Amino acid sequence: MIYLDNAATTRKKPQCVIDAVVQAMTSLGNAGRGVHEASLGAARTVFAARQHLAEFFGAKEANQVVFTMNSTESLNIAIKGLIEPGDHVITTRLEHNSVLRPLYQLEEKGTEISFAGCDEFGNPVYEDFEKLIRSNTKAIVCTHGSNLTGNRVDIEKVAGIAKKNGLLFIVDASQTGGVFPIDVTKTGIDVLCFTGHKSMLGPQGTGGMIVRKGLEIRPLLSGGTGVHTYSKTQPEEMPTRLEAGTLNGHGISGLCAAAEYITKTGMDVIRAKEQKLMWRFFDGVKELDGVRIYGDFRDRNFERCPIVTINIGDYDSSEVSSELFEDYNIATRPGAHCAPLMHEALGTVKQGAVRFSFSYSNTEEEVDAAVSALKKMIEEG
Amino acid sequence: MRKRELRLVITFNTTADAMAMEAACKKEEMPGRLIPVPSVISAGCGLAWSTDESFRGDFEVFTERNGLSFSDMVSCVV
Repeated sequence: MIYLDNAATTRKKPQCVIDAVVQAMTSLGNAGRGVHEASLGAARTVFAARQHLAEFFGAKEANQVVFTMNSTESLNIAIKGLIEPGDHVITTRLEHNSVLRPLYQLEEKGTEISFAGCDEFGNPVYEDFEKLIRSNTKAIVCTHGSNLTGNRVDIEKVAGIAKKNGLLFIVDASQTGGVFPIDVTKTGIDVLCFTGHKSMLGPQGTGGMIVRKGLEIRPLLSGGTGVHTYSKTQPEEMPTRLEAGTLNGHGISGLCAAAEYITKTGMDVIRAKEQKLMWRFFDGVKELDGVRIYGDFRDRNFERCPIVTINIGDYDSSEVSSELFEDYNIATRPGAHCAPLMHEALGTVKQGAVRFSFSYSNTEEEVDAAVSALKKMIEEG
Repeated sequence: MRKRELRLVITFNTTADAMAMEAACKKEEMPGRLIPVPSVISAGCGLAWSTDESFRGDFEVFTERNGLSFSDMVSCVV
């Protein structure tokens, strides 16, 4: 199978990630639940992962790293734990439902939401962020990269607006964590939410958030923590404040190995290859009859998420994706991509769109095979 | 049962803080080991750092210098 659905999850994981998970599953106990070697081994593994990810994302301390099961959980914790009824939030039309649905839930309780506009290429209108600020604006919640178009958002610019106006800045780095350098301290990100299984190359069921030191987020969950058993409330100290229940030590071990792999290989090296594959595909399909490409591909110097999303004429995206898999063994994602407002802006609500997303493990031959398949399908009509 | 003796016991609010202590002690070869929090200090659960009582001064300086967070530093028989 030629797997070009890496924006959903990277299928090929580095061997060191697999080895780390196997090693963890055959040795670790429960972190923080005892002082025997198995439990301490788990606690040490989790702590080493915290240290590495803190450094990876520019956090000053390991305690700023909270482990969750994915970006969705991280975003729910951040959004619901920081924003109150009566607060106003600014977000974008690029967002995934992992941002939108928690916000809509809060809207039902009296939170107000405004959306920065979107240009014809699917980029946020940056001027809107400042224009939309009100006296009760509490935060800007913004993706770092659209999962539908691959457009990368200039989060430095948005962070500057947030900082200038005293707003919290919550970033969804689902499509960028691990492949674009992110420094939460330098950029001024209050909460960075990431997942482990996409461009981080780690196992599914892992993810986390990097929380600015001193920022108090109301816990979404409460429960066992391995400390303060007789307290009726969740401990206030980070990261335990936001981590109830047994951590995914096996997955976190794999995530740590993945982050180490990225660091060792070089994030720039990984990104350069993915960019090359994306542009090769783009150049191969851009002139094909009836192909419509979504997103901003005007500036080759402004790196984007390695995604090319298309439609062919009026064909249902599901039909195109099915044919690609059934006749050519090429895996893509069709339909709607959990980004309803982006589909509305692009006019693809009914048709959906076929997303080709590339990873470091893909090859030029695979890209060329995908281009050839599309050419043949179009020729056949 | 083992013979009990006077020890310096450092307790923590989170497992992560205990791990940070262990990692820092290992790096700077500070003596001691992690133990379960003795019930004489706190009924409950969690990890504590146990070391010889005579190192109290060293640990006060060490924790301060390394920015290590802890809940309490007490002498007790464990």
